[in-house]
Amino acid sequence: MSETSGMPEVTSAPPQDATAYADDPHFAALVTAVQGALPDAVERVVVDRGELTLHLDRSALVDVARLLRDDLALHFELLSGVSGVDYPAVSDGRRLHAVYHLLSMTHRRRVRLEVAVTVEDAHVPSLVGVYPTADWHERETYDFFGIVFDGHPELARIQMPDDWEGHPQRKDYPLGGVPVQFKGATIPPPDERRSFA
Amino acid sequence: MTELHPEVDGVEDGTESVVTVTGGDWDEAFAEGGFNDERIVVNMGPQHPSTHGVLRMVLTLEGETVVKTRVVIGYLHTGIEKNLEFRNWTQGVTFVTRMDYLSNFFNETAYCLGVEKLLGIEVPPRATTIRVLLMELERIASHLVWLATTGLELGAVSVMLYGWRERELILDIKELITGLRMNNAYIRPGGLALDMPPGAEEKIRAFLREMPVRLHEYENLLSGNPIWTRRTQGIGYLDASSAIAMGVTGPMLRSAGLAWDVRKTEPYCGYESYDFEIPTHDTCDVWGRYLVRLAEIRQSLRIVEQGVDRLAPGPVMVEDKKIAWPAQLALGPDGQGNSLDYIRKIMGTSMEALIHHFKLVTEGFRVPAGQVYVPVESPRGELGMHVVSDGGSRPYRVHVRDPSFVNLQAVPALTEGGLIADVIAAVSSVDPVMGGVDR
Repeated sequence: MSETSGMPEVTSAPPQDATAYADDPHFAALVTAVQGALPDAVERVVVDRGELTLHLDRSALVDVARLLRDDLALHFELLSGVSGVDYPAVSDGRRLHAVYHLLSMTHRRRVRLEVAVTVEDAHVPSLVGVYPTADWHERETYDFFGIVFDGHPELARIQMPDDWEGHPQRKDYPLGGVPVQFKGATIPPPDERRSFA
Repeated sequence: MTELHPEVDGVEDGTESVVTVTGGDWDEAFAEGGFNDERIVVNMGPQHPSTHGVLRMVLTLEGETVVKTRVVIGYLHTGIEKNLEFRNWTQGVTFVTRMDYLSNFFNETAYCLGVEKLLGIEVPPRATTIRVLLMELERIASHLVWLATTGLELGAVSVMLYGWRERELILDIKELITGLRMNNAYIRPGGLALDMPPGAEEKIRAFLREMPVRLHEYENLLSGNPIWTRRTQGIGYLDASSAIAMGVTGPMLRSAGLAWDVRKTEPYCGYESYDFEIPTHDTCDVWGRYLVRLAEIRQSLRIVEQGVDRLAPGPVMVEDKKIAWPAQLALGPDGQGNSLDYIRKIMGTSMEALIHHFKLVTEGFRVPAGQVYVPVESPRGELGMHVVSDGGSRPYRVHVRDPSFVNLQAVPALTEGGLIADVIAAVSSVDPVMGGVDR
């Protein structure tokens, strides 16, 4: 059960030695290229289960994406998708994460970019200008997590109705229960039901 | 009847006016007069027989030419990703199989590969081979549904009947193996729910003998048909660079000449050990997508044949008793259920097994914290699962990169500038499954 209260701090990756990526020459080349061109962009590099994640400062997101796309040695020409994750218990308050999965078809490699923002200042620059496919992905992430993608041409809800209130995939979004017709019976919301975990 | 429409240019300064028509007589609707152009905004769907479910399109027409297409989705959103967060890892399969309802096994496999990658476990070879078998059979079934529905929409009704008829053969195989025709929940983290029953191999082989003959019939029926070729050739054009910019993958990308297929480029489930090809075409249109899909059915038949040949007896679930459900499931008349022999054993002779069973089924197993992204090649393109664990017994977050969702973004590019009659063919060639788009 992933309750918000009393939950141990959860981040998207275990803490790592900063040079863990050096074992893989491709990862090392990518990190070196990004850090060389944009020294302040990368907050943290994580290699976990063979996947490389760059935690970025949001102000550098568009530049990093453009570099990854246009540098022929990197050439990440396809954005597979944008995903949101809510980590309410992180200590620095930046609980909303926008997660980008990039694919280099030329070199057959993948990399994950991750940007974290607070609920109060949930603004991330849009990648639509670099990857047009980000359009619907960012609308979906806005819809479910309330991350505002600045510069998106039309950031409207995409799955929920236009007049919906709140962002349902956030961990603190109330789940509600289902009223039932039997006398005295109620069905509690899923997060208040008996749990064995 | 006249109302303000800020989205239509020229309304605000009075040079244009707007009439909303929801039925009735054409002359009466335009009796107010003042209309001198032919711009019509047509709402197509979400309840329209040719939109493959609840897809809605708002088409702006100048005469018969589409000048603007807006795609509206969300009518089938069921909150599957959110629901996953309140069930244990094994129960998640029951949800994901219901997303893209024409590629159940792909959803299940992608999800299970993600969970298995987080767990760091390797499933037994027999389970992997059966997964491949079922996925490729499903790919054939999915492409047959595409052929059937597209045929129907373009006026080839007989193709519709043949497509559904042949798909039924595959659904029979699925039912024999998993107990259910669709929404199987058969592939589980760590392997499979239960082994293939006796007779399944023979049934698959019989299908392999029959299908190539029938496939040949469709080609005879359609490929030289002047109506079919005129309605598909040069329609719904999307070249490779536009497709990549739009994130479009699968048969749409391969019809633009790029042989991109995750089965070859990042093999999973042992695809690197199968002998098959990636069909491509260079016309970038509906016709090319038709040829690519037909050719893919042939390649899938090859893979299924090799898979059946290499099926060797063995376990279909990992040995680890902390992950594998102890329950020995069996196929009953109503689908998968507990094996009566096993129930007799845990109720009668082994209290420890009963406790273990109870713990694992109610609480589930824990998955080490971390996140992974696992892509598989579904019939529609790259199906990716972004699976995040906080170390608990339930998924912390699962995001699905559904290929239908992404490919639908290309519909304006496919349709704008074309005729309204070709919108049907263009949308159909995307092969969107709204269950996957909206999740």
